[in-house]
Amino acid sequence: MEGLERIVLAHPFFAGLEAELGPLISGCARNHRFDPGQYLAHEGDPADEFFLIRHGKVALEILPPGQQPIVFSTEGEGAIVGTSWLVPPYRWRFDARAVELTRAIGIDARCLRDKCEADPRLGYAMMKRIAPILARRLTETRMQILDVYGKRAK
Amino acid sequence: MGAAAVADPFVPLPYRVGRVRRETRDITTLELTPVAGDRPDFQPGQFNMLYVFGVGEVAISVSGDPAVDGGYIHTVRDVGAVSGAIAKLHAGATVGVRGPYGTPWPVEAADGGDVVFVAGGLGLAPLRPAIYHVLRRRDRYGRVVLLYGTRSPADILFRQELERWRRRLDLEVLVTVDRADAGWRGDVGVVPRLIGRAGFDPHGTVGMVCGPEVMMRFTATALHDAGVANDHIYVSMERNMKCAIGLCGHCQFGPDFVCKDGPVMRYDRIADILTVREI
Repeated sequence: MEGLERIVLAHPFFAGLEAELGPLISGCARNHRFDPGQYLAHEGDPADEFFLIRHGKVALEILPPGQQPIVFSTEGEGAIVGTSWLVPPYRWRFDARAVELTRAIGIDARCLRDKCEADPRLGYAMMKRIAPILARRLTETRMQILDVYGKRAK
Repeated sequence: MGAAAVADPFVPLPYRVGRVRRETRDITTLELTPVAGDRPDFQPGQFNMLYVFGVGEVAISVSGDPAVDGGYIHTVRDVGAVSGAIAKLHAGATVGVRGPYGTPWPVEAADGGDVVFVAGGLGLAPLRPAIYHVLRRRDRYGRVVLLYGTRSPADILFRQELERWRRRLDLEVLVTVDRADAGWRGDVGVVPRLIGRAGFDPHGTVGMVCGPEVMMRFTATALHDAGVANDHIYVSMERNMKCAIGLCGHCQFGPDFVCKDGPVMRYDRIADILTVREI
C-alpha cells in the first residue's frame, strides 16, 4: 500500500472501506497544508475538490452583504469539508477557512465522481459515508435555526 | 399555646441581596444572605422560589457551591416580569426566598464512574453546584467531562471559571457556540457534537444534562448513541412552578410534578413523554 493510500484509508471517513476500493480513492487524492487564515474554498467556486481533515480546524462561514462573515460551523480532525461536489451544479455553498494550521487530504471531485459512475460499489460506499453526515448536519442546522438559547426558550 | 408554630411553606423568608454580577447582557448572578439565621443546606440541582415583593415569585436553581456557607447564589436570566425584576436588583435590596426544593443531581450515585456534564446556555448554572461537588471529591470519580454550548461567544456564562477549569489536568472542558464571527477561534456547532470528541468510557458513565428542553432531547439521544445507558442520563426539567411543594399542579409533567419529582429526572423515565405535545 502506498503512503498516500495508507493515509487516506486511515481517515475515519473511510473506516471499514473494502481494501480493493482504496487505490481508486487514493488515485484521486493529494495532500494539503493550509496556514491559519488561508481559504480552502470560496462560496460560488467550482466544487472540484473536497477535503478530509487530518489535523487542525476549519471554519465554515457565510458572508452576508455589508457584514462580517458569520461562522456557522467548525470542522476538525476526522471531519470532511465539502459535499457540494456530489450535487449539480457542483459549486461551494460557503467559504471554508483554516482557523489554525490544518493538514488535509484533498480528493479530486471530478476524478472520484467518474470512478463512482464507473463502479457502483465505490459510489455506494461513498454514499453510505456521506448520507449520515448530511443527515447529522441537517439535524444540527435545525437545532441552530431553533435558536434554543434565545429568550423564549429558557 | 406552648407549642411552636409550624412554619407556613408559602411564607418566604427575607434575604438581602449582596454582590451582584452581570454575567452576560441578560444573565445576572446574585448572592442572597438570610436577614436572620442561617440558610438551609441545599443539594446540587435544587431550586428556590425567589419572590420580588410586589412583582411575583419564580423558581430559580441554586448556582453556588453547596459546601460554602453563607447565603445562596442564584443566576437569573431576564426573560419575564419576575426574572427581569430579579436581574435588576441591586446590593442591599430584599427578596423573599422559599426553599430549597426538588430532586438533586445524582452526584453520589455517580461515584466510581466517569461523569459527563452537558450544559446549554443558562443550563450551566443549575449544573455548577454538581460540578463543584464532583471537583471537591475528584478522586472518587473516573474521567470528568464538561461540555458547554451556547448561542455566541458573548453569551458564554461563567467564562472565567470555564477557563480556570479548562486549565485543570483532571477535567476535560469543551465549549462550542451556535454561531460566531470570524474572530472566534473556538468551536462552532451544537453541543451534542462535542460528545463524540470527549474522552469517557460510556459503560457506567453518568450523564447530567441541563439546558433548553430541545437541547436536552438531542443531547440525551447523542449520549445514548455514544453508549451511555438511558438510566444513567439525568436531565433537569423546567415547568411553570407555583407552589413548589406538589400541591397546585401547575408543573404537572405526565404523572409527575416537576417541583417535587424533579427538576432532576432520570431520562429513561421521561423519554417517552418528552415528545408528547400535550405534556
